[in-house]
Amino acid sequence: MKSATTEARGIRALLIGLALVWLALIILLPLLAVFAQAFDKGFATFWAAIVEPDALAAIRLTLLTAIIVVPLNCVFGMCAAWAISKHDFRGRDLLTTLIDLPFSVSPVVAGLMFVLLFGANGWFGPWLIAHGVRIMFAVPAIVIATAFVTFPYVARELIPLMSAQGKAEEEAALTLGAGFFQTFWHVTLPNIRWGLLYGVLLTNARAMGEFGAVSVVSGHIRGLTDTMPLHVEVLYNEYNFVGAFAVASLLAALALVTLAAKALLEWRHRDSIAASGH
Amino acid sequence: MATASALPAPGGAGRRKPIFRRRVAMPGLGLTLGVTLLWLGLLVLLPIAAVIVRSLGLGPAHFAEVALSARALAAYRLSFGAALAAAAINGVFGLLIAWVLVRYDFPGKRLAGALVDLPFALPTAVAGIALTAIYANTGIVGGPLGKIGITLAYNPAGVVLALIFIGLPFVVRTVEPVLADLGQDIEEAAATLGASRLIVFRRVLLPEILPALLTGFALAFARGVGEYGSVIFIAGNMPFRSEIAPLLIVTQLEQFDYEGATAIAAVMLVVSFAMLAVINLIQARERTWRNGG
Repeated sequence: MKSATTEARGIRALLIGLALVWLALIILLPLLAVFAQAFDKGFATFWAAIVEPDALAAIRLTLLTAIIVVPLNCVFGMCAAWAISKHDFRGRDLLTTLIDLPFSVSPVVAGLMFVLLFGANGWFGPWLIAHGVRIMFAVPAIVIATAFVTFPYVARELIPLMSAQGKAEEEAALTLGAGFFQTFWHVTLPNIRWGLLYGVLLTNARAMGEFGAVSVVSGHIRGLTDTMPLHVEVLYNEYNFVGAFAVASLLAALALVTLAAKALLEWRHRDSIAASGH
Repeated sequence: MATASALPAPGGAGRRKPIFRRRVAMPGLGLTLGVTLLWLGLLVLLPIAAVIVRSLGLGPAHFAEVALSARALAAYRLSFGAALAAAAINGVFGLLIAWVLVRYDFPGKRLAGALVDLPFALPTAVAGIALTAIYANTGIVGGPLGKIGITLAYNPAGVVLALIFIGLPFVVRTVEPVLADLGQDIEEAAATLGASRLIVFRRVLLPEILPALLTGFALAFARGVGEYGSVIFIAGNMPFRSEIAPLLIVTQLEQFDYEGATAIAAVMLVVSFAMLAVINLIQARERTWRNGG
């Protein structure tokens, strides 16, 4: 019997089929292609491409960048979320909008901004050169550009979550004589830990995978300032497809781990991250 | 919340006025707001100001000359046109996927739902080379398509394809929660009154999800306009034909043409901020409309 609020079986099957075919064409096939191409010439060739010195240098630089950027933006995100969700002040909505700005800036434009600040012709360029400080086309610029593109992730996860939780529990702790750090550590942090972990995962995935912004500021010095995504591009442009896809498969594996962790978090702790947008 | 009211009232037992609980001041505003403003100012606002100030310094005539050169105009046309086309296609298929995920049960549904998020997590350069591997004329989809005369790589169609990949989750993830929240009672009412499923969809459901669909469309469009990593591998990158605006910025930087790069970046920044304003407006209107209704 046909219900009034659903479709006939045939139409339902057709819609499901169309959706799945589209997902397969746009998302699943490219994902599988990464691994298929990486292992196209066998495991030994794959492994050789990973342990090659320039690839190892790229992996090290990518890890270093993430290790610096993720904690910084984590602390910033917690500060921003505390200020915005537990307090009321003038310009609060404006501040929330400004925090989102990096999401709407093209990565290439983001990279260019730092060239205009730290490049030889930039605002601080001449001073930096005179004092022997190297930022452009070196690790500091890569870290700064990555920090820019990953700036909003943690704050964006925590602000809606902490706003929804209100401040009654913190007020209780403060009434009982706890200080700010005690209250945050013992009361707020346990309530937001899953949302925070989620924000950290997203920050880390983007930090390790950023291409456009880092590409503009890195200078592409092989073995020195090439991150993993940049190394993928170099190998690809040299027609070393197995090498390019081998390094790319590590990044794809990172993306899969991120997605799996996200699915697990949503499944086990739906309530404690439910306030966040996606 | 219950824990808070169960606690003794502030002010101590001596005063015995449990009804009037004194509000405690939340601490830490100075410190946290200070850190936030410092980090925001140094990392985001100062760099944005650099682009604006440097492009203003070019003077209006010179700015127009480099920002609106024939090659730059062709690049904007491609970036905006491809982003618009991809966002429109994502509007249709994103809505379809969200609908199927919310309304139907089928084997592999959880996996399909998780796959939708892949473009958020997969590095753009990886997406770029992977899409090229599939859709170039040597790939498993591009090959057969090439035999019937359809080329999807190394031309503007390749740009649209990459932007479809990048933008899909924005539409699905904004439409999905709204669709899930819709009660089926109005649909039932409409059906009782004799409306067919198609009419119910067009007249009852579509108006309800339209604001979310528009938000998803705008987010996908905004992301697509500035996208670089996934596009450059599949686009072909021919000036005037398949060269996107972010690539033109990179090319000019490599030729030490900082003025040209800065002017084009300023145009893209202004467009991004306009898009952000539009998205905020749609969401604000949706909120007041929901609360009002």
